[in-house]
Amino acid sequence: MQKVITVDYEKCTGCRLCETVCSLYNEGVINPELARIKMIRLEWDGMQIPTVCQQCDVAACMAVCPKNAIYRDNELGCTKIDYSKCIGCKLCIQYCPFGALSYSFEKNRVIKCEFCGGDPICVKYCETKAIQYVDISSAAVPKKRDFAEKIVMEVSTSETP
Amino acid sequence: MPLTGKVAVIDLKKGEITETSIPEQLRRLYLGGRGLQAYLIYNHLKPGADPLSPDNVLVVSAGILTGTMAPAAARTQWGGKSPVTGAIASSNMGGFFGPELKYAGFEHLVIKGASKKPVYLWIHDGEIEIRDAAQLWGRDTIQTQQLIREELEDEDIKIACIGMAGENLVRLANIRTGPKDAAGRTGTGCIAGSKKLKGIAVRGRLGLRPAYPQKALEYAKEAIDKIMMTKVAKAMGVDGTSFIWNVTNSSGLLEWMNGQTNRFPFGDWHDMTIERFHEEYSLGVAACFNCTVHCRHQFRLKEGPLKGAFGEGPEYNTQTAFGTFGLNNWADMLQGWHLANVYGIDTTEWCNATRGVMELYQRGIIDKKVTGGLDLSWSNAKETTPKLLELTAKNEGIGAILGQGAKGIIEQLSKYGDKVDYYIMHCKGLGKLGNVDRVQPSFSLGIATSTRGADHLRSRPAIDHYNLPEPVLEKLYGGKVSSDYTSYDGKARMVRWHELTYAVVDCIGTCKFQTVFFSPNLPAYEEWSKYLEYNTGLEFTTEELFEIGERVYTLEKMINHREAGHTRKDDYPPERSFREGHKYGLAPVKGRHLDRKKYEKMLDEYYELHGWDNDGMPTPEILKKLKLDKEPSHII
Repeated sequence: MQKVITVDYEKCTGCRLCETVCSLYNEGVINPELARIKMIRLEWDGMQIPTVCQQCDVAACMAVCPKNAIYRDNELGCTKIDYSKCIGCKLCIQYCPFGALSYSFEKNRVIKCEFCGGDPICVKYCETKAIQYVDISSAAVPKKRDFAEKIVMEVSTSETP
Repeated sequence: MPLTGKVAVIDLKKGEITETSIPEQLRRLYLGGRGLQAYLIYNHLKPGADPLSPDNVLVVSAGILTGTMAPAAARTQWGGKSPVTGAIASSNMGGFFGPELKYAGFEHLVIKGASKKPVYLWIHDGEIEIRDAAQLWGRDTIQTQQLIREELEDEDIKIACIGMAGENLVRLANIRTGPKDAAGRTGTGCIAGSKKLKGIAVRGRLGLRPAYPQKALEYAKEAIDKIMMTKVAKAMGVDGTSFIWNVTNSSGLLEWMNGQTNRFPFGDWHDMTIERFHEEYSLGVAACFNCTVHCRHQFRLKEGPLKGAFGEGPEYNTQTAFGTFGLNNWADMLQGWHLANVYGIDTTEWCNATRGVMELYQRGIIDKKVTGGLDLSWSNAKETTPKLLELTAKNEGIGAILGQGAKGIIEQLSKYGDKVDYYIMHCKGLGKLGNVDRVQPSFSLGIATSTRGADHLRSRPAIDHYNLPEPVLEKLYGGKVSSDYTSYDGKARMVRWHELTYAVVDCIGTCKFQTVFFSPNLPAYEEWSKYLEYNTGLEFTTEELFEIGERVYTLEKMINHREAGHTRKDDYPPERSFREGHKYGLAPVKGRHLDRKKYEKMLDEYYELHGWDNDGMPTPEILKKLKLDKEPSHII
């Protein structure tokens, strides 16, 4: 079953551990700038929002790549970069609607989340479970449940006409 | 390669910057953070300098592990010579500034001299620029951070800055970063102001390379799991430091009206609880860098001229600061807290000053002529707090007196009565917190011997309250310690152990709340040795780390002796602790105050354990043993 990384920003405390573990695991250096997950901290509004590749089915990065260097790993359900084909034109970075790709200035190459080979390290270290790695088929179930509960609340609290 | 962080010596008068790397020999003696900072102060501060003169130094130090995989290694230490006390300035803050400084290639900044016009430092990827801050001068601590990010076009820049208070040379001014964190105590913001240094902006893309990446990563998880297993981590994650307020309040361990009573005198204390905060204000919790405990409350003010303003905090220490002089609800406390934060005022020092001056007013020692017409009655606190904070930030009227901190207030107001130094409670010129220390010998000794003055984060053995079995205490402290918190037995040993241990924590750069401060089950020496080895490649035994703690504490003692002439006479708690007991609270609390003879004996024991003489001075033998006999050695 294919999986997906989900982010519940309401649970995120903005600690940036996801960034440090990602950069160390994938790039061998503690450097949030080289993480494939990026924490957006809107400090003056108290918002912390981790952003990460959505692994789109119709992926702008794949479509725009002139060398077909981005391909889909059907087993994991993520898109990956074939560095033997990549020419480093960075069009993928420009065209991704989420800004999910970045550029490693150390290794001079584009980097993106590839699920750490099936066991994403950011998820493992996220203490509040704001980042989760779940089956695509069941990813939306908690939301459906929240919505259902909201309906129940509204029905139970609304006055009978 | 790990440990590439440099020391930058920045002369603001000449505009010169010199950079040096840190020799391993100094690492082994002082680690980093607070330890290397004490070394840099002792070596770079001109002896006897006026704290507000260009001869003072402002030293900024990230811990040796700050920014690494060690859990909650978020801390930055600020120091110099304190404008509040004339002794060591030393304050430690969390947030995200320190890690970013490390990623920018620097670990310590020694800022000397003074600029003629306002400037700020822009530190990024191995470079340091001194930039014009004319457009920032006069801005509050939030606006300043926003404007610098706008100017440099990068929202990820981390900034530490002063507000109006620091600019106006208010002695108790602090340095702020982000919406919450501050190098609060001992007036570091005033030192920055005296140098016309509005702030420091940092941004780093250089990163840190652990000596053993895989082990550093895996051990972080092991340590986090251990930390999160403790009850205290869970409680902190929900209530923050306030988790303890209800217990201390109902036990009679909080002081109100400047220590005149230990029972809440301002109406219904339920309006002060963290539960009420959750109901009325909480927007959730946030964390500092790489911290899984997340103890920072988020809120928005709901009324008053600042309605809608976002803030983080508040802490136990907000309740025991603003609550102690008559702000009896969250709306008023949060307004005071937020105002102090945007002005850049140390809430602990300011609240001690304010409640002390309010007691002088209550007793008729000072009157409206001194207060500039303000009615400083306890019942009028809601009205006066915003005005007093504004006057303090502007360094005007009664605010110019409050802003001096305990030592300055006593000097200025003693002409109105001979008991001023009795009511302005302090140790070494630094004001005390609003909790009851007088029933507890360990807490009293701790605030009295603390090198920076009355403070709980230098040695407070919070676990003295837990009534742990004595064999557990003996194992932890290496000698007999009573489990009764009102006893004097073994408490000198306990306090000294915590002094050295917290010094090591401040050298390392992790948060004290993820250490033995709160629970014997939280990380201590064994874990720190592993953090150090995996992240830096340097190996230290428990004994070696403990000796570093002793070295750092002793060097701070030497700074205090050199700069302020501190001796035994400066190692006493406020006189009130010996004379007055409280009427209320639990049986061990009621009526209890310190016993002078027993305190003296405890102090003797404490000096002996440190290897200091009867006057509290390090002996030549201990200086030699700690390799402090050649200081200042001017290696950097």
